Amino acid sequence: MRLEPISNPSLTRTIVPPLIALGSTVVIASLLAMIAGANPFSVLGLILKGAFGSKFAALETLNRATPLIFTGLSVAVAFRAKLWNIGAEAQLYAGAVVTVVLGTGALTLPPVALIPIIALMAMIAGAIVLLIPAILKTRFGVDEVVTTLLFNFIFLLFVSMLLEGPLKDPMGMGWPKSARLIPEARLPRIFPGLRLHWGFALAIIAAIVVWIIQKRTTLGYEMQAVGLNTEAARFAGIPVRTVLIKTALLSGGLAALAGFSEVAGLKGSLTLDLSPGFGYTGIIVAMLALLNPLAVIAAAFFVAGIFVGADSMSRAAGVPTYLADIMLATALLLMVLAILLTRFRIVRE
Amino acid sequence: MDLVDILLSASFWTATIRIASPLIFATMGELICERAGVLNLGIEGIMVAGAFAGWMAVYSGTGLWTGVAIAMLVGMAFGFLHSLLTVPFGLSQHVVGLGLTLLATSLTYFSYRLALPQVTSPPKIQAFEVLPIPVLSDIPIIGPALFAQTPLTYLAFALVLVVSITLYRTPLGLALRAAGENPAAVAAQGLSVTAIRMGAVIVGSGLMAVGGAFLTMSAFDSFFFEMVNGRGWICIALVVFGAWKPGKALMGAVLFAAFDAAQIRIQQTPIGANISYQVFLMMPYLLSILALVAMSRRAEVPAALMVPFNKGER
Amino acid sequence: MPTTDTAPVVLRLNAITKTFGKLTANDAVSFSLHKGEVIALLGENGAGKTTLMNILFGQYTADSGTVEVFGRNLPAGNPRAALSAGVGMVHQHFTLADNMTVLENIVLGTRPLWRPGFDRAGARARIEKLSADFRLRVDPDAKVGTLAVGERQRVEILKALYRDARILILDEPTAVLTPQETDDLFETLRKAVALGLSVVFISHKLHEVMAISDRVLILRHGKLISQVRTDQTDRKSLAALMVGAEVQAPEVQDISPGSALLKLTNVSTPDRGNAPGLKSVSLALRAGQIIGLAGVSGNGQAALAAMVGGLIRPASGQLDLDGHPPQSWSPKHAVHSGIARIPEDRHKIGTIADLDLTENAILECYRDAPFSRRGWMNWAKARTFTRQIIDTYDVRCPGPSTRIRLLSGGNMQKLILGRVLQPGPRIILANQPVRGLDIGAVTYVQNQLLQARARAAAILLISEDLDEIMALSDVIHVISEGRLSPAFKRGTMTPAELGVWMAGDGFERGAAIAP
Repeated sequence: MRLEPISNPSLTRTIVPPLIALGSTVVIASLLAMIAGANPFSVLGLILKGAFGSKFAALETLNRATPLIFTGLSVAVAFRAKLWNIGAEAQLYAGAVVTVVLGTGALTLPPVALIPIIALMAMIAGAIVLLIPAILKTRFGVDEVVTTLLFNFIFLLFVSMLLEGPLKDPMGMGWPKSARLIPEARLPRIFPGLRLHWGFALAIIAAIVVWIIQKRTTLGYEMQAVGLNTEAARFAGIPVRTVLIKTALLSGGLAALAGFSEVAGLKGSLTLDLSPGFGYTGIIVAMLALLNPLAVIAAAFFVAGIFVGADSMSRAAGVPTYLADIMLATALLLMVLAILLTRFRIVRE
Repeated sequence: MDLVDILLSASFWTATIRIASPLIFATMGELICERAGVLNLGIEGIMVAGAFAGWMAVYSGTGLWTGVAIAMLVGMAFGFLHSLLTVPFGLSQHVVGLGLTLLATSLTYFSYRLALPQVTSPPKIQAFEVLPIPVLSDIPIIGPALFAQTPLTYLAFALVLVVSITLYRTPLGLALRAAGENPAAVAAQGLSVTAIRMGAVIVGSGLMAVGGAFLTMSAFDSFFFEMVNGRGWICIALVVFGAWKPGKALMGAVLFAAFDAAQIRIQQTPIGANISYQVFLMMPYLLSILALVAMSRRAEVPAALMVPFNKGER
Repeated sequence: MPTTDTAPVVLRLNAITKTFGKLTANDAVSFSLHKGEVIALLGENGAGKTTLMNILFGQYTADSGTVEVFGRNLPAGNPRAALSAGVGMVHQHFTLADNMTVLENIVLGTRPLWRPGFDRAGARARIEKLSADFRLRVDPDAKVGTLAVGERQRVEILKALYRDARILILDEPTAVLTPQETDDLFETLRKAVALGLSVVFISHKLHEVMAISDRVLILRHGKLISQVRTDQTDRKSLAALMVGAEVQAPEVQDISPGSALLKLTNVSTPDRGNAPGLKSVSLALRAGQIIGLAGVSGNGQAALAAMVGGLIRPASGQLDLDGHPPQSWSPKHAVHSGIARIPEDRHKIGTIADLDLTENAILECYRDAPFSRRGWMNWAKARTFTRQIIDTYDVRCPGPSTRIRLLSGGNMQKLILGRVLQPGPRIILANQPVRGLDIGAVTYVQNQLLQARARAAAILLISEDLDEIMALSDVIHVISEGRLSPAFKRGTMTPAELGVWMAGDGFERGAAIAP
């Protein structure tokens, strides 16, 4: 079997395989639901209804999408430069920690000054967390997949230490939980009465900013060149190491904003279960979006919808919630295969 | 109890070898994949799946060794999926591996919830029992450590020998190594790179699953979430640390397990009690990163690792 | 040598046709090979020679047509069947695993995979016998990665002989050999023929084809257009058949060289794995001169190219630009100092395959006005620049936004040429500039270099093709194991004499050889 590139794929060829991939995902989910004793044909409907069927559900989906847009952007930016950032989870928590350190009373400023400062410091914290594996890669050639992964475990334990120690809420009755943020540090709602905070708007803005960086700046051009062919980029005079470091700073900062947004916008304090794996899910979002920052928004909606919808479906139909993860993993694997088939044809040899 | 006491105690070394066993299986599995040229990031998920599959089989009534076999088959099935996407289709090994870890883990948790919906504490099975080898297990300190373990541990050590001999002394091992160094050389000699790489990933994944099964069938006797807890990723570091050689990887696994066993005991010393337990838990991961930095020269990495082979690429 | 009429036919290709998408690589090619014959398959790059042999060896399947080996139909697409039938191939790019020993590479795949062990002693003895019979010296326990190119080729040949090949196919075997090594290879082939083997020899080098073959088959654009007996033809006719027209050697006018634009004085760099560093090299690149660097690849060309191209700095010794050392040295500085670099591998290093023509065209200058300002790109100006290159350098493509992967090798090279020559460089580093290009593109590129020379540029030409070096260079240096020979003026050395230096002998005998 051999793969032959197709120079001008037809429209059908570009659309059909991804649609089949998504369709197959739904079929597989339905089969699993059937094994769990539920009605397979109702699965899709229950998920959609759970995700978008009511104002409450839709807002819940948008709220869930917000951190996913940030981590999706983080991963998309990094992967595009072939920097395999699997550590968005740790970077997210770094942002959350800084938010809590600065936002629980250490600084007293009006919101218009306090919020941007906290956001900026959160980004710096996330950037530093990714910087370490990035430097290990550029200076020592250590593969960043494993180091960023291991960092997730290390950092989560570190957060646990902090929550049981210096960051512990003095009025928290002994639970490992941080103090609450002061009101000036909270991200306000976008529309009064609607449970949607400014983190969502920031996420959309971040996506647009990343898109502009990639399309219109020299850094965007450099990141893409380095990611596609590092040797050629180096030969041409592109400062590869510097570009990778800048990519790491940007990527880490974006993931940290997810933590900032969840604490300052949604939760108001930090607990160990702040993130149910947003950093890892961001990888799926980025891959489904084919590393395109604007598509990350759509992919994040999709993934958030699946999670929120599956939660609701699981309560309604008695199917374990892990079905959502199964659907996403399946969608991911089938999508990358489908994308390949839109660009290559299989030739018998 | 100070450090010297710890190092001289039989229980420390026994724990070390026991902790090392699942790592040995999984590291050998990953080593086989990588020597053939394929990075298998599905290792974490496959270990979870293996842990559950083996345990579940025994819980449902099969014998222990049947359970191990079932775990192995489950691992091989995931390995087949991984290799199908990465070898003939040449998809990104990073993406497929991570996707597979998520798939295997979530399928496992889904199945667990389906099988045991109402449990609050995980049910137990009758796990492998320690099988002391007469005479040898009476040697002070290392006797119990090496010769009073469960049969799965003995299998792990035997496995290292088998992998080593196969890799370096048989035509199959030669072909597998060549597939990881220069697949074009393999194809030019009339062998199928696809078959060799897929076979390696399938067998390697089977071994990873057995490593997971060790946790639920030998080290402990029940399955719970977060059981594998990053061991898969640590095994990837161990393969690098062992410079892709079975013997050295074994030493790495034992060394690592020794640190792990030590930190549990150091926590109980007067000095250790003053340090947060999280610091101790961090140690394995920090050590792995240090191991990777130390081995960063990477002169021995298989030359064609992560390079897909396109037959007759123009 | 037996005549074609009486010896049995060992190999027959019948109407082999193969297309890749829109490209017809082989068009109904048929020929026969007789026992004991050496036939040469001649054609320029892209004529379809390698594809044809890959079909024979089973790495591709023909769209139509059959192959008969020793009278039996060969199953298509099955290298193992080809190997069992007695077909052995020596590939152009060696199929050897560097981290494994010679012995391991040779026995790979010769025992069924389910067998538990090897007979190492037996294999070793067999290799030693073949080594002696065919005059192919190798050390079975050496790691292939440590071997020189000539030695590696011997391992490739031994691989085929170990498997009892009766038909040997060699794909451009002399591209990487010194003249003396080429003679040794021909000795081996003559021995092989004497022992009953038959040989197919792919080449585009006319004097070698004339030297070793009994018959010549000429391929052009996928068709077999002619077969002649070697003793009934000459180089000029073959060249004409190969290209389909009279071939003109490039005209090189006399120009007196100007000042030294770039000078290396006793420069040394460390070895990097198997690639030797420079050993106290002194070299001057003068305006209006083409300095040709002859040598088998792997002898330090990469280090010298990296030095001139700004990728590495001298560990000792001095590099001078216009008489004084540059303030700093990097690819960016090299480009800004007026050095144009044509890299050795246009696919891996010269271009980024999935970017479009515009993005590739500005790879070296994207930071300069007008292409960007303070970090913001000006894509409109970049596209204009690219269109200029497309027009001036005749790059055949749909437009500046085409993905460069879709261009042919020749057009890709023209884009690279255009992007480095547009700024009017004073120094040009041309590293294997015509490798793998068809005759039209070869002539174009060579003419561009000559025109640059006429505009007083200094050109360092690195090429494996000794003929090309001798035709174009005003001054020739030979590089061997990182050492540079003295400068030889145009016309003062024969290929054999240069070959002595390429083999390293000239350096020992010292100044006695230099003119």
